[in-house]
Amino acid sequence: MFDVASAAVEAALAAGATYADARAMIITTEDMSATDGILEQVARSQSAGVGVRALVGSSWGFFAIPEPTDAQARDAGEQAAAIARASAMVPGPPLELSDVPVHQAHWDSAWVEHPAQVSLAEKGDLLVDVTNEMASVEGVSVADAYFVSWDTEKWFVSSQGHRISQHLVECGVAMSATAVGERETQRRSFGGVGGQFGTRGYELVREADLRGNAHRIGEEAVELLQAPECVPGTVDLILGSEQLALQIHESVGHAIELDRILGWEAAFAGTSFLDLAQLGTLRYGSELMNITADATLPGALGSFGYDDEGTPAQRVDIVKDGLWVGVLSGRDSATIAGLPPGGMVRSDGYGRIPMVRMTNVGLTPGTSTLDDMIAATDNGIYMETNRSWSIDDKRLNFQFGCEMGREIKHGTLGRVVRNPTYTGITPQFWGSLDMLGGGKPGEWIFWGTPNCGKGQPEQVGHTGHPSVPARFKGVRIGVRG
Amino acid sequence: MDLRDKAFEVLIIVDDRAEAEITVGVGRTALTRFANSFIHQNVAEEKQWARLKLVVDGRAATGSSNRLDHDSLVRLVDDTLESARLRPVDPDWPGLTPPTAWLTLEDDRYDPKTHKSEPETRAQVVKDFVDEGPELRAAGYCATRGWDTYFANNLQHRAGGRATMAAVDAIHRTATSDSRGWQFAPSIADIDGAAAGRLAAERARAAANPVDLEPGRYEVVLEPACVADMMDFLADGFNAKTYAEGRSWVKPKAALLDESIDIWDDVNDPRAIGVSFDAEGTPKAQRVLVREGVCRALVHDRRTAKRNGTRSSGHAVPGGEVSGPMPTNLFVGGGDQSPAELIADVERGLLVTDFWYTRILDPKTQVVTGLTRNGTFLVEKGKITGAVRNLRFTQSYVEALAPGRVLGLGDDARLYELWGGWAHVPSLRLASWNFTGGAKG
Repeated sequence: MFDVASAAVEAALAAGATYADARAMIITTEDMSATDGILEQVARSQSAGVGVRALVGSSWGFFAIPEPTDAQARDAGEQAAAIARASAMVPGPPLELSDVPVHQAHWDSAWVEHPAQVSLAEKGDLLVDVTNEMASVEGVSVADAYFVSWDTEKWFVSSQGHRISQHLVECGVAMSATAVGERETQRRSFGGVGGQFGTRGYELVREADLRGNAHRIGEEAVELLQAPECVPGTVDLILGSEQLALQIHESVGHAIELDRILGWEAAFAGTSFLDLAQLGTLRYGSELMNITADATLPGALGSFGYDDEGTPAQRVDIVKDGLWVGVLSGRDSATIAGLPPGGMVRSDGYGRIPMVRMTNVGLTPGTSTLDDMIAATDNGIYMETNRSWSIDDKRLNFQFGCEMGREIKHGTLGRVVRNPTYTGITPQFWGSLDMLGGGKPGEWIFWGTPNCGKGQPEQVGHTGHPSVPARFKGVRIGVRG
Repeated sequence: MDLRDKAFEVLIIVDDRAEAEITVGVGRTALTRFANSFIHQNVAEEKQWARLKLVVDGRAATGSSNRLDHDSLVRLVDDTLESARLRPVDPDWPGLTPPTAWLTLEDDRYDPKTHKSEPETRAQVVKDFVDEGPELRAAGYCATRGWDTYFANNLQHRAGGRATMAAVDAIHRTATSDSRGWQFAPSIADIDGAAAGRLAAERARAAANPVDLEPGRYEVVLEPACVADMMDFLADGFNAKTYAEGRSWVKPKAALLDESIDIWDDVNDPRAIGVSFDAEGTPKAQRVLVREGVCRALVHDRRTAKRNGTRSSGHAVPGGEVSGPMPTNLFVGGGDQSPAELIADVERGLLVTDFWYTRILDPKTQVVTGLTRNGTFLVEKGKITGAVRNLRFTQSYVEALAPGRVLGLGDDARLYELWGGWAHVPSLRLASWNFTGGAKG
């Protein structure tokens, strides 16, 4: 596959590109889902092809084709250069790439048990069993479970001499129970947003212990339907680590994307409230807030060996003691900002142009525990598991809904409440962080988000978010329609 | 590549080992993207695909691949057979679509120049958009797509079709405001970058220096982009699987919406984009979903139709085993008032041009939260009196359209791309919209 990628790059250079690179990729996906004890879907898919990127003046040109011959790959390279040249009809300042060491290497992600080596029957039985278990709870209307795995092989070649191959194995699993009432539905899910996902093998599924949690999930869905509504007000808010992972993703991860800060995503994904002139001085949150972007974390969904520009995976400080100190970047955006390239550019397949993507953007753990936080809270609420998320195009004004809330009175968890929501403004919210979990083994979890949308045409990214439970003071809750 | 030959090749590989349906397709997507008023990403992709469903003694599985050489197709068939044998017998398996005549759409909605659009053509649309705001910063895209598909099953049913679409969708920006201009059409020749750019530039200038507005309930005029967003969420309520699971807002024969509201699905309308058969090869029929505010029908694929003792309405989608059938070419009936006339009737309210990051809190109540974006304007005594900063809302889309709540329908219905299809929708004047937060939270 290096040969077709090389052919595409050589043709793009010959056609006038000042720089070119190409990725040949084969992605094999397996999806299985069950509802109410019935295995509803078993689907396997495979995509293979080459995407070539050519730089001419102020624009990238990109062209992708499935399974090319060498001749077709050369044609793709020529087309990428021609597309880039046409951009000169609406030109901008020339785009330059920051220097990076040239690597010729291979990298494998680590896995214990490749998902494809586990029989379809075993995987199917798990989904059938847990949906049966959830559905056995009186009052559960629908019980769903889902498994997915991705096997990705990549071959990257650049006109500067990169030749890098990688093999990544990722998988994930999810289950949820829905109780339907006369006027509304309540859902209870296992794991983070859509489940738990990682750059790991089937051991992730075995460790998730779906069978051990299925009955509880069903019971909690039914309990929610009968629970009182979350009372509006301003209280201390404790978030579970899976909800805080999404909070990090939306109010930190996207805000620090350098392409957004530079305005490249203004029309769709949006921009950012962050201004590069404030890098190093802007207070993002309280001193407890330390965020890194670390693509080297073993098993996390945003981990890899090299990004899709051939830059090695790295760990970058983003927020240090509450101050904003870092961004997510690639070779072109970093040059404009005058920063070192972060190695954070990826595409979701051979057919899409690589773009700035979150790696594993998450919190460094603190010293408190969830129990400490509850005990220290006089009037508050604990919220768990995301149900809805919405944030403005500058990543400032957000409103999140969770599946389950628990009132906290005088240091004790109280009654369950349904439809808990909270809302805030990013720096004020993070500034109210006053207790950070991680003081107990198992509280620091690498949650995975496999459905991060960005770009046009839209791409779906895989990102990771190390997270812990945390407490925030004086947050508005209970916004209703 | 001859799509028929490729489809038949797959059926020959399957032979008599399973009931089989195969969809083979080729397509091309091209998108010229710009920001800070210059083109920065310019992409194109050639695509091909085979989507296979095999059923062995009532056990079904699906597989797909973009590797269409013979050896890869043999692997696709073998892997899918292995998956099918794992499945339990589906008591609702409806069988394959029998040989059926289908309405072939007029080919004038397929434009070969759009399918193979040149980068210079797209760049010209971008230039026309950008040039309308020389003092502004423009960002967005011009895109084209074309696809050609062929469906065959081993009950001898066949269907084929092709379609194209083109779009310009972009914003002009001042230091304090954004505004959007967008157009979607079957042909790039129908895309007017200058007109879209002019609207966006004029609006961006008018929206500059917005002020904060106290959250609360306001009368609103929602432009078509907002109404299309409402359809994106309401559409799943017509899904017969969602309805059977109790997760739908729809109640058959109930007048849940204002009597002025008509909603239907019709790919065969000349204003629609798409091919005239669904993922199971069933011809797509026009489906009246809401008439005069009363819920009239759901949409079905073959599986939900069998469960309900009816016929498929031709709304199966890829992956529908899990998601169920979906309306993909929605229309909302328009009125006879111009957008200016809708605004003129507002005593005090808001003109909302776009929504952003809308997320549903509950599919049954259709409570959605999101924000306004790309220009929100205060209307007083029938006139726009100024721009306001973006507001957050938390609002049931069904309640917003409830009887008595729809005060006017525009004559400006336009085509808009949804997450999973298309909607042709007008502006709406609604009695109340619940804004729950402002720029400061």
